[in-house]
Amino acid sequence: MAAMIEVRNVSKAFGGVQANRSISLDVAKGKITGLIGPNGSGKTTLFNSIVGYHPIDEGSIKFEGKEISKLRVPQIARLGMLRTFQQTRIYGKMNCIKNMLISVPHRSMGLIEIFGDHSAQELEKAEHLLEFVGLYAKRKLQAGDLSFGQQKLLEFAMALMNQPQILLLDEPTAGINPTLINGLIDRLKRANTEFGITLFVIEHNMRVIMNLAENIYCLAHSELLAEGSPETIQKDKRVIDAYLGAH
Amino acid sequence: MSTSRRTLGLYGGIAIASLVAPFVFDSYISQLTVLWVMVLFAITWDAMGGQMGYNSLGNIFFFGAGMYISAVVQIGLHYDVAEYTAAYGAIKVDFTPAQYHVGLVLGTIVAALGSVALAVALSWVVFGLRGPYFAIGTLGVALAAGELVGAWEYVGAGSGISLPVFPGEPEVGERFFYFAFFIAAVLSFFFFRWLYGTRFGLAINAIRDDEEKAEAMGIRTMRYKTITWSLSAFFLGICGSLFGNYNIFIEPLEVAFATVVFGIPMVVMALLGGKGTLWGPVIGAVLYHVIKEATWKYFLGWQWVALGLLIVVTVVFFQQGIMGWAQDKWPELFGIEVEEDSAEGDREAA
Repeated sequence: MAAMIEVRNVSKAFGGVQANRSISLDVAKGKITGLIGPNGSGKTTLFNSIVGYHPIDEGSIKFEGKEISKLRVPQIARLGMLRTFQQTRIYGKMNCIKNMLISVPHRSMGLIEIFGDHSAQELEKAEHLLEFVGLYAKRKLQAGDLSFGQQKLLEFAMALMNQPQILLLDEPTAGINPTLINGLIDRLKRANTEFGITLFVIEHNMRVIMNLAENIYCLAHSELLAEGSPETIQKDKRVIDAYLGAH
Repeated sequence: MSTSRRTLGLYGGIAIASLVAPFVFDSYISQLTVLWVMVLFAITWDAMGGQMGYNSLGNIFFFGAGMYISAVVQIGLHYDVAEYTAAYGAIKVDFTPAQYHVGLVLGTIVAALGSVALAVALSWVVFGLRGPYFAIGTLGVALAAGELVGAWEYVGAGSGISLPVFPGEPEVGERFFYFAFFIAAVLSFFFFRWLYGTRFGLAINAIRDDEEKAEAMGIRTMRYKTITWSLSAFFLGICGSLFGNYNIFIEPLEVAFATVVFGIPMVVMALLGGKGTLWGPVIGAVLYHVIKEATWKYFLGWQWVALGLLIVVTVVFFQQGIMGWAQDKWPELFGIEVEEDSAEGDREAA
């Protein structure tokens, strides 16, 4: 299976703190890949390195065969790689529909188009996606007035609106009501199968990630600890030790 | 239907009042003229501070730049600028009416475009700054410009430039400039009204709400910021050119780059009326101007204290401004919904 993202020997330090040490991994095209690890193991740092949030110290990151480790966030986003944030970020003073309409792909938007209005298809798509995440009834409310969980769903819908090739999700189920988590897992899977979006997911909820991902990478102490299918990862003694605190 | 008719009535009423005012309130024409200048200030500031969340304290720079660019063009068409500004009365100045009007139109066009060019050039410097740093950085630009022009002999340095006087009766001249500012303010109002309804408006609102998110979604934030600043500069350049000619005499610190008299009030007016709303800046400008004129008339000597108090009260107790407060109180009047759509709630996907 072709790799959509190829990470090779990536290291990143913040001052004296080594957050990622020589990490190599592949995110398979069209699949759902998981990234787990205890708090502080370097998962979010790796995400930030991939999407261009900060320069990396060493190594190479390729997206569809193209080196992207020197590009910045908006350029990488326009290539079709998006991320959602752990703390959830939406445009609070705008209503949900407007949040969706401004999330259209900006890859090919020219100077004339930015002074135009949204098309009927875009509005229809925005409403359809809000319905997909269960926010249709709230579409005209200010995004900032939604609950944390609803904002998380809105952020997911905005990402889908952007028609990315790959979506990097940082803890998509954190803060979501447990009864809604199953619905969210289902929607993530449908985004993968129906919309053909490759997913790379950081998740702390083991039940979720084991259910969702086909291949899982585990980080611990800034290094890649293990890789494998959910079954192998679950049985891997190193992973269990990392989570239980043994060394 | 009834809302659009009400809007039409509102616009019609304002238009009629504005057209009649200079004739009915003849003795207040200079205050009315400056009122439109204030409205233009508030509208152009709000594009940056209200809609995009970039609180510029240096927008007055484009007003002053436009004023000087236009003056140099108007004089340079017929005289040597350095000689003209060297000393008052050094050369005999005589503009024919045709020279005056051609110079004013040409000067205003060059001032508008020149201000845009300056905005584009400056954007590379100032948009590296965010939040309070941007505010202070832009304030620095305006203050530095005033000092630099004040030391520049070619444009008359600190003693300024006396511009040609309007050819014709003084009353005709006063009405001419009243309507010139009125048209400029109305054009900027409708231009920005249109702009906020496009994708562009959504993009700058997104930058205001969360610029980092906007970048992560692939929005070309730098392009939007530069264009918004340029549009602000365009109208301010026109305004500056007209104001120089209206005032006849221009000078760097008190007229062109007048931070205290004009630069800071731009922000106060937008905040008072409600930043980030269409009508807020207009209402704020009218209110501020009326309060200012009243304090000048009745509390002379204390006028800056009174205005300072107004700023403090607005910033501390009334940050959302008049329109912001009205939107919170009657959201449905502004098309903001606070209740979810219960009738269609069952469309929610399970």
